[in-house]
Amino acid sequence: MSSENLIEISSVSRTYVRTDENEVEALKNISLSVRKGEFLSIIGPSGCGKTTLLRLIAGLDRPEAGKITLEGREITAPGPQRGYVFQQGSLFPWLTVEKNIASGLKARGVYQEHKGDVARFIDLIGLNGFEKSYPHQISGGMAQRVAIARALINRPAALLLDEPMGALDAFTRADLQDKLLELWEKNGTTMILVTHDVDEAVYLSDRIVIMTPRPGQISEILDVGLSRPRNRGTEEFMALRGKILQKLHLASSVPQPEYVI
Amino acid sequence: MSQSFSAVKNSGAAPAAGRGRLLERKRSGGRYMGMVLLSLVGFAAAEAVSLAVPDAQGVDDTVYRFLLAGLILLYAGIAVFSWFDEKRRARFLSRVSFRFAMGLLLAVWDLLSTKTGILPLPFFPGPSQVTAVFQDDFAFLLSNTFYSLRLFFFGFFSGVVLGVGTGILIGWFAKVNYWVFPALKLTGVIPAVAWMPFALTVFPTSFLAGVFLIAICAWFPVAFMTAQGMASTHKVYFEVAKTLGAKQSYLLFHVALPNAVPQIFTGISTADGLAFTTLVVSEMMGAKGGLGYYINWAKAWSSYYKVYAAIIIMAVLFSLIMKAITLIQKRLLVWQRGIVK
Repeated sequence: MSSENLIEISSVSRTYVRTDENEVEALKNISLSVRKGEFLSIIGPSGCGKTTLLRLIAGLDRPEAGKITLEGREITAPGPQRGYVFQQGSLFPWLTVEKNIASGLKARGVYQEHKGDVARFIDLIGLNGFEKSYPHQISGGMAQRVAIARALINRPAALLLDEPMGALDAFTRADLQDKLLELWEKNGTTMILVTHDVDEAVYLSDRIVIMTPRPGQISEILDVGLSRPRNRGTEEFMALRGKILQKLHLASSVPQPEYVI
Repeated sequence: MSQSFSAVKNSGAAPAAGRGRLLERKRSGGRYMGMVLLSLVGFAAAEAVSLAVPDAQGVDDTVYRFLLAGLILLYAGIAVFSWFDEKRRARFLSRVSFRFAMGLLLAVWDLLSTKTGILPLPFFPGPSQVTAVFQDDFAFLLSNTFYSLRLFFFGFFSGVVLGVGTGILIGWFAKVNYWVFPALKLTGVIPAVAWMPFALTVFPTSFLAGVFLIAICAWFPVAFMTAQGMASTHKVYFEVAKTLGAKQSYLLFHVALPNAVPQIFTGISTADGLAFTTLVVSEMMGAKGGLGYYINWAKAWSSYYKVYAAIIIMAVLFSLIMKAITLIQKRLLVWQRGIVK
């Protein structure tokens, strides 16, 4: 089993000092294995450390204790093997759609060799005709597709998604979820999605990691086990959704004002 | 005027009935013609005054008359050219009142000076006397204009390049920021012309001294705004670039610098205005040529009509330079303004 694991997170802790001088244990003693090629979701209420965990995997932040490895090598800095999609507004506003996607290649200095991929990825995300548009001229859903393509063009081992659909309306979100599944199936990239949307997690994931706050810990890892393509209306789907909601509710027995499902 | 302006604007949205629209168009077409005539009438009046009223002062009116005729032809040409395009038409119409007033003003000025002598010479020459300079003193005026242009170009260009360079260093390297930024803030507030005595002794020619003064007056705002623009880069852009595999040079030249371009242009616009002032002052005080020098020289001979002629050239020249900078800015900042689809 362990030979199939892409990312190993072992006993990772991370504490932040807030502006009011109080320390917050964002993550306490987290251990998790991410399998090669799987679609893993991390779900939990605000402040449970799910985004912190994702940033540690990306190398945008370093753990205080423990370590994270990708294919056996420790992660110490951000790099193109782990693509990262931010919540919103991460496209370079001074570049067109086409050039934003190409920036994935240009940043690594391999644009000349892989030029042709840009058009392929524009095709893949269905943005033909918008190549020359600037980010402010396209919708939020389109912008997130571009951000995904920009990360995927580097052929990362894992794509890290930090609530990429959080700011989208329900229809656009459903649309983008299907697009994401399609890209996952076509490219075989390992996906790690941070979300607070239970429905989204059940619809997309192979496994769901449930986290609890203060201190940020993993409370449970669920195998979804539903066949694909999935239907949001089936009984099994609803049952699993209900189960997770219940666990999240139990998980935060202390009333949380910022509790979001 | 504003009434006719809105009529033209709305004519496209007129009720769909074919005859109604045709009528509307005819009416707006007729109004347009009227407005075109009005914008020419002012200049025509000035021309009529110049031709019909006898001169009280002995002045050669030829250049002035040709200039007025040229203006009438120019605006008539623009009117015809704009006829076919709704937007151009609206633009033309919005300026009719101003042109009409300009023409009348010229006529009144001519009457008060050349035609009657009510405005005393040599301080208040008439329009024909001022414009005659363009012909009489053509070669000298042209060579001084070129001197100013050259001085401005070398000084401003090197100032902007130095400014962007300094700004990048300050905005990117903490050490440079610590040591250079306070010095920049302290020396930057000094008006460049205060360095004049220093510049005139250090530099071998007055031209180079001028270049130096214009360069340092442009340098400060550009450096300041470049550094500020780079510092204002949102963290997420750096993080994105890092997760894409970017090295430091990419972060600097493809993230922080493009992010600073709008602010750099704010700096350049400020520098532009300062540079005009420095240019003229340095020419008036030390240089052996240029429009500022020309003004000083003309004043010494009490040829105020030549002073005015030089001022007119400055107005046109500096407007053109500002226009050119705006055009470059628009082109580079397409992503911000959303002009191109």
